[in-house]
Amino acid sequence: MSSVNTTSTAENEGAPSKRLSVWAWLRTHLFSSPLNSLLTILSVWLLLAIVPALIEWSVIRSNFSASTAQECRSTGGACWAFIIEKHRLILFGLYPYDEQWRPLIATGILLGTIILSGFRRFWNFWLVVIWTVALIAVAILMWGGVFGMKFVENNLWGGLPLTLILSTFGIAFAFPIGVVLALGRRSNMPAIKAICVVYIELIRGVPLISLLFMSSVMLPLFLPEGMNIDKLLRAQIAIVMFAAAYIAETVRGGLQAIPKGQFEGADSLGLNYWQQMRLIVLPQALKIVIPPLVGIFIAMFKDTSLVVVIGIFDLTQSGKAALTDQTWRGFSAELYFFIALIYFVFCFSMSKYSQSLEKRLATGYQR
Amino acid sequence: MAHAIMRMKDVNKWFGKFHVLRNINLDVASGERIVICGPSGSGKSTLIRCINRLEEHQSGQIVVEGTEITNDLRHVEAIRREVGMVFQHFNLFPHLTVLENLTLGPIWVLKLPRAEAEKRAMQYLERVRIPDQAGKFPGQLSGGQQQRVAIARSLCMDPKIMLFDEPTSALDPEMVKEVLDVMVGLANESGMTMLVVTHEMGFARKVADRVIFMDQGEIIEQNTPDAFFDTPENDRTKLFLSQILH
Repeated sequence: MSSVNTTSTAENEGAPSKRLSVWAWLRTHLFSSPLNSLLTILSVWLLLAIVPALIEWSVIRSNFSASTAQECRSTGGACWAFIIEKHRLILFGLYPYDEQWRPLIATGILLGTIILSGFRRFWNFWLVVIWTVALIAVAILMWGGVFGMKFVENNLWGGLPLTLILSTFGIAFAFPIGVVLALGRRSNMPAIKAICVVYIELIRGVPLISLLFMSSVMLPLFLPEGMNIDKLLRAQIAIVMFAAAYIAETVRGGLQAIPKGQFEGADSLGLNYWQQMRLIVLPQALKIVIPPLVGIFIAMFKDTSLVVVIGIFDLTQSGKAALTDQTWRGFSAELYFFIALIYFVFCFSMSKYSQSLEKRLATGYQR
Repeated sequence: MAHAIMRMKDVNKWFGKFHVLRNINLDVASGERIVICGPSGSGKSTLIRCINRLEEHQSGQIVVEGTEITNDLRHVEAIRREVGMVFQHFNLFPHLTVLENLTLGPIWVLKLPRAEAEKRAMQYLERVRIPDQAGKFPGQLSGGQQQRVAIARSLCMDPKIMLFDEPTSALDPEMVKEVLDVMVGLANESGMTMLVVTHEMGFARKVADRVIFMDQGEIIEQNTPDAFFDTPENDRTKLFLSQILH
């Protein structure tokens, strides 16, 4: 349990590098105190209890090729054949089977654009153009109705593309709104400040689920007769509103960390408010809050699974639909394992990216 | 006396109940070099910070180059373009390189093309003798170098008046001279109007046209450096000088 023992690294600091013998390493890192030894033994026991069983279930006794559920069950391990059999339903939901190449390409475009945006060399005007083109392409592919593609209503959209669309748009809109709210909350103008405070506190005081319900049940009550906003769009708006409030508070934390001297330095050059914010304050403030900000993005990505409560088929829900097939019953463990793996890959990538971004943006700070 | 580039008339300012500036009257001629000294809390920093509206005065009149400082933001921005300021803690922008620090104002406020702004920035970096540091970040420079960058940054805006708020107080002793040398050079070569809050009495003797002594928010005494240091009139001035000249 090296995490418990914090002194061992400090001891080696500055000393000429020497290789510890295995026994010495064990003593300093795993058995340095009675508590540490106890924790080590406990962890080893836990690992022994879980890992072999997991490997046996998921690899050794698993079945990738069974053609019927009966055959698959007989092996006693994980039935990955179920996932292979149902992967298109899980990934694309109720989207018409013959047209599923369209959400596949749309997903590819979204992922490609997201990855592209991660490289600093694309951080310029062209990124806006690329995103605009990409989003139009995604919309055309998903809806269709042109270029000989069949029109597909968005209540048939589902699975991974839907999760990606909800979270990409969610982040893309919630982020700027959140920044503006954070600036508004620190404004000298009482009216603007009050509006921002009320908005942030109201939204943060309500669970996302209830916002989603409100957007789907209550919002139509306030709209004029005959006017109808699409269900997916309403869910998207609820997610954006929700995330923006949290982003606002996080960004405000970063703004407060900027010393007064930075504002005075910018003032003395004659920069106006928006120039100060854009050129001096926000670049520094946002850099400070990268870790919590990415935390919000990750939470948001996972929270899109809540849209199920208003009947939208995101990745989790379209997976559940795969379970309802009478001939392939009882493979929920495999299904949830698979879905969890997809979520994990995305969230872990975001986390890793944020760490590398922090490192790259470091400029040898000194205030 | 040449025409007054900056004029303060009956200026008063309070921080809450604390009366920090009391009936300040001050005319500064174009090209004049003024050193302001006084015990801490005497209001000397506040006085020069009022000139570019980093602090707001509550009564009286401050006129810079014919423009009165009021709540009108356009006036404030116009005045800030004419008035440069150097701070005790430099206040450089740590996320930008030295060159970017210098070109920021010219590009965004003066609307100069980038190439011209960079040319100007390099000229001033030569002048403060650190052109080789242009590509570094402020955090990689010594305190003295950072303060010289800060001076260059202000000069890039082509100001008519330069304010210095204790520019050497935060520096290690061995770096004070390099900054003062730059300031002396600026005074001698450019004829810049300068208001300097400092305790560097050697600098005051060498450069200043006038030394102002402040205490408890008032201007107690002002005179040419020689007269000020050799024959101070007010008792408080004498006490202050006896404390700093040892």
